[in-house]
Amino acid sequence: MAVELLGGRLLAPTFGSSIYVWGAIITIFMLALSLGYLAGGRYSMVTPSVRRLGVILTIAALTVVPLLLFANPMLDALSIAVPDPRFGSLLSAFTLFFVPTFFSGMVSPYAVRLLVEDRNSSGRHAGQLYFVSTFGSAAGTLLTSFYLVLLLEVNQILLALMLISAAIGLCAWFVQAPRNEIQ
Amino acid sequence: MKRSLLPLILLAVTVVGAMGATVARADQQRLVHAERSLYREVLVYDTGDVRCMCFTRNCRVGRQSCIDLRHPDRLVMNYPKMMLGALFVNPRPQSVLIIGLGGGTIPRILRQLLPDTRIDVVEIDPAVERVAGRYFDFKTSDQTRVIESDGRVYVKRALRGTQRYDLIMLDAFDHEYIPEHLLTQEFLEEVKSLLVPGGVLAANTFSSSRLYEHESVTYAKVFEKFFNLKRENRVIVTRLGPLPDREQLRTTAQQFVAAFEKYGFDATDVLPLFTQERDWNPNARVLTDQYSPANLLNLDR
Repeated sequence: MAVELLGGRLLAPTFGSSIYVWGAIITIFMLALSLGYLAGGRYSMVTPSVRRLGVILTIAALTVVPLLLFANPMLDALSIAVPDPRFGSLLSAFTLFFVPTFFSGMVSPYAVRLLVEDRNSSGRHAGQLYFVSTFGSAAGTLLTSFYLVLLLEVNQILLALMLISAAIGLCAWFVQAPRNEIQ
Repeated sequence: MKRSLLPLILLAVTVVGAMGATVARADQQRLVHAERSLYREVLVYDTGDVRCMCFTRNCRVGRQSCIDLRHPDRLVMNYPKMMLGALFVNPRPQSVLIIGLGGGTIPRILRQLLPDTRIDVVEIDPAVERVAGRYFDFKTSDQTRVIESDGRVYVKRALRGTQRYDLIMLDAFDHEYIPEHLLTQEFLEEVKSLLVPGGVLAANTFSSSRLYEHESVTYAKVFEKFFNLKRENRVIVTRLGPLPDREQLRTTAQQFVAAFEKYGFDATDVLPLFTQERDWNPNARVLTDQYSPANLLNLDR
């Protein structure tokens, strides 16, 4: 959600901040998340492990890098290629945000697979996971829109989010590895 | 008999009081038109003979544009007078770009003052253009175009073409303040590139909060020197190239004394406002596309 908010900021200089720009951003995020859920669920069928979850998180973080480096030239080129502000912003939102959001979407269903031990507790675990992820989104949205934009640049906030995601991914890789062997 | 006088007096007081209330009501706001657009509600209020366009229900603050219904040429608000002061720096612009239409006061007057000048007005909201035409006597023509676009998007597009402007006026506001992406260093650089050499920029602002400091350093970063005209609003007037001195300004202003009479003000009254004094903290952070929490900075009074 924090990235989505900042996405509005990134697109505003090129496409304005009209309702259709927000519409384009939200559409792409929802589309990427939905396909990510599907892919994450499918991927969890094949030897699921915390390590692999860590890999997904790290990839999600790494795919933000082009956004940090090339957002402006990409937006300029896209706005020339597609002058219509609606489809121009839709294509831009797709190019910039689809891949990282897709990988982020894979995390939740994959984590459900790792958390659920039996059918009886599956609802509770899924509920907890939804709670953590949606509550985190709410907190990230509030923190970003009320306070972080007063302190940091857009790219600095994106970088921080990226590093947090990558750090969690790496922790999952290293910390969980020996425990898996014990199991 | 004396006793019966008291109710009479009371009655008289009540009647006079009621009449007074009726008179006072004539000064009250009357909603003439309301129209919901993609961006906002565009409202037109009449208060006596003065008609104003507003983007919020509480029209006493945040008036976008006003017109005197009996004397449509008389300027009701002070900021258009200061914006017209840009003509003291360049009295004969051949092409003008105005970002933000509002009631169309400034393009309407510029049209009269400069009959041969090409005037492009960029307005994001078609409802504002409709209301300006219907309620504020704004007309388009061959030489006065209204382009429906976001101001920043238009400037970026125009830079790819060949058109450049002698005078650019920034006057875009939403219900709160200037939209954040029209306050940044990058935007001002783009506007600067859209001016011909020697071209003039006039920008209408009114922040009195912390944002004033940030806004000022951002303009100073891009344009170095500018005139800082302050009344209820602050209007920034600058030029690519050296600014005119006081004597040059006075000479040019004299040319407009007769013309501005029609609009109900004295051109020379605007002259003392042309100061280059820097009354802000030079260490404030410059607003950029990466850092533009403009409306949040505007909250603290």
